[in-house]
Amino acid sequence: MKKLMLATAATALMSGAAFAASHAQDVKIGIILGFTGPIESLTPSMAAGAELAMKEVTDSAMLLGGSKVVPVRGDSTCIDSGAATAVAERQVTADGIKGIMGADCSGVTGAILANVAVPNGIVMISPSATSPGLSTAEDNGLFFRTAPSDARQGQVMSDILMEQGIKSVALTYTNNDYGKGLADSFQAAYEAAGGKITISAAHEDGKADYSAEVASLASAGGDRLVVAGYVDQGGSGIVRAALDTGAFDTFHFPDGMVSAKLEENFGTEINGSTGQNPGTDSPGVAKFAKLVGGAFDATSPFTPESYDAAALIMLAMQAAGSSDPAEYKTKVMDVANAPGEEIYPGELAKALKILKDGGDVDYVGASAVELIGPGESAGNYRELVIKDGKITTVKYR
Amino acid sequence: MDILNAMAALTNFVLVPAVAYGSQLALGALGVTLIYGILRFSNFAHGDTMAFGTMITILVTWWLQSVGVGLGPLPTALLALPVGIVVTALLLLGTDRIVYRFYRRQKAAPVILVIVSMGVMFIMNGLVRIIIGPGDQRFSDGARFILSVREFKAMTGLREGIAIKTTQGITVVTAVVVVLILFWFLSRTRTGKSMRAFSDNEDLALLSGINPERVVMYTWIIVGVLATVAGVLYGLDKSFKPFTYFQLLLPIFAAAIVGGLGSPLGAIAGGFVIAFSEVTVTYAFKKVANYLLPGNLEVDALLQLLSTDYKFAVSFAILIIVLLFRPTGLFKGKSV
Repeated sequence: MKKLMLATAATALMSGAAFAASHAQDVKIGIILGFTGPIESLTPSMAAGAELAMKEVTDSAMLLGGSKVVPVRGDSTCIDSGAATAVAERQVTADGIKGIMGADCSGVTGAILANVAVPNGIVMISPSATSPGLSTAEDNGLFFRTAPSDARQGQVMSDILMEQGIKSVALTYTNNDYGKGLADSFQAAYEAAGGKITISAAHEDGKADYSAEVASLASAGGDRLVVAGYVDQGGSGIVRAALDTGAFDTFHFPDGMVSAKLEENFGTEINGSTGQNPGTDSPGVAKFAKLVGGAFDATSPFTPESYDAAALIMLAMQAAGSSDPAEYKTKVMDVANAPGEEIYPGELAKALKILKDGGDVDYVGASAVELIGPGESAGNYRELVIKDGKITTVKYR
Repeated sequence: MDILNAMAALTNFVLVPAVAYGSQLALGALGVTLIYGILRFSNFAHGDTMAFGTMITILVTWWLQSVGVGLGPLPTALLALPVGIVVTALLLLGTDRIVYRFYRRQKAAPVILVIVSMGVMFIMNGLVRIIIGPGDQRFSDGARFILSVREFKAMTGLREGIAIKTTQGITVVTAVVVVLILFWFLSRTRTGKSMRAFSDNEDLALLSGINPERVVMYTWIIVGVLATVAGVLYGLDKSFKPFTYFQLLLPIFAAAIVGGLGSPLGAIAGGFVIAFSEVTVTYAFKKVANYLLPGNLEVDALLQLLSTDYKFAVSFAILIIVLLFRPTGLFKGKSV
């Protein structure tokens, strides 16, 4: 037994050495998203976005002397912190990933950050975790996000409603980090602007019956119902029950509710409802859509952010000249922000070349990335309205 | 006018949903109570039996929809229901043959049977997830409303509307019909009488020549009918998801115990007590109060006893109170 272990250890050492010797090694990057669970309808195109960026870099053969980038998918489940931590742990220890594009929901992202990323020193860039709590989480400079904090979304939400002259709303949120964080920031912003929140009630996901919740919301009243939930979960249940009982006929949907599924579930029944999700009218969006072609839905929420998150990891590696997270973590902010040549989707090869030659880039990407403060997006939002059963863009703010 | 508005709001948000939910719980609790009365154990697999029956019904419904068979304004699922019932009854009889009969022959203690039923629960749980998946399935079709809010407002000119969904109507009507048939069966037919005799006193029933295996068989068949009907009604009214059916087990047991385990009448009463308390205790009475109170007394508070987060806690609080003061339940069932 002892001999066998010795032999195994020796083999492992040798293969490790062999890896280091070859100049252009494969770089593995984890894509940890909730492929099952409350946002499973959003994640396929998010993962496809990230993989598109990785393919672009691999095809360019410019990263660290021609390294291939290999995506490793993992299921964060969005809600089960234990499962998400296990997946991340396995990717770090067994697959040997050099960075994580993920996770998606705020709760599991915080769990992976604290339990896997920080102890193992792995860089994480989340495309969609928006809880304000993550801004102050202890991260040793390893955590970034291409999504803005919900503190900003709450402000934007309040502005949209105020501009439409809606002064009183009922608010319901999904009972987790995302829902609570968003509801709190919205409440603070809305009340500061003189609005009135008649009731702020949590709802649990995965229940079949929301008539009691809707009954309370209806009784409290308000001009509109703000549903800070998930479209694949309780959020849709609340909207369904509210429509059936005639409690509310217009709603306001934050990012977790904005998806093609919303149109599919309710169509014209929610005409006149409003909402917002991260988005921008920078030229990057159009370029991204063109780059994607028809391969997947380029406008699905957090898909541009996912492309950008993956791109940032790889550009930072190139800037540092190493795929070691400890070395490239300091470069993420440099490549994301000015000064430097502006980089849009489809131009990753150009960026890699500039960085290789010692130049500087300002990655704009598909979602107009500008990292502020503790490494999070400054926040551009798309204001939308449901018209004839379709989600239509009003403007960007 | 204001009184009418208040009544409309209360009907729409409390009465209608609670009556529908109560009927579904009552049907589920009847199944649990029959097994407890006749087979003498708490069947934890009941929620998943409901899920299984509903799943079969959904699969048949999809097939019917694909070949274009429907019931017009009524959901197609009603047509598929008999198939679901037959398959579920066969599954229950099979489970009894393979699992429960072995323990019955051994005269196993009820607590062992309870644990056995938990094993059965996990297997059915897995079976349903393997066949139809863990996600949400919608299978209701036909007209959505008997009475929609807009129609009601146009009809009466009130500010508050009342909506009655087709599925809610069907739920109540079906529940009443099923319960009437069940009571007629238990009190008038030979088999029903022998089941009650067996439930009251097993030894005496055996002495008077009642075949226990026959009684057991009929019990499972009836339970299959009740579980499938309850499951399909719940799924039509809300939506089908295996996990929610598993969770339904809690209010169903609460209903059966509050009513008195083993007492069919108690199961029905218990179902409505649980449903009404869950909805009323967490209801915010602000709107209703403001319609009733004169203008200068208008309230701004929500007038909500408990936040809706505590919905489940309400059924358990009632359960504990009933067990403390009436251990046999409201209708003199067997003590737990």
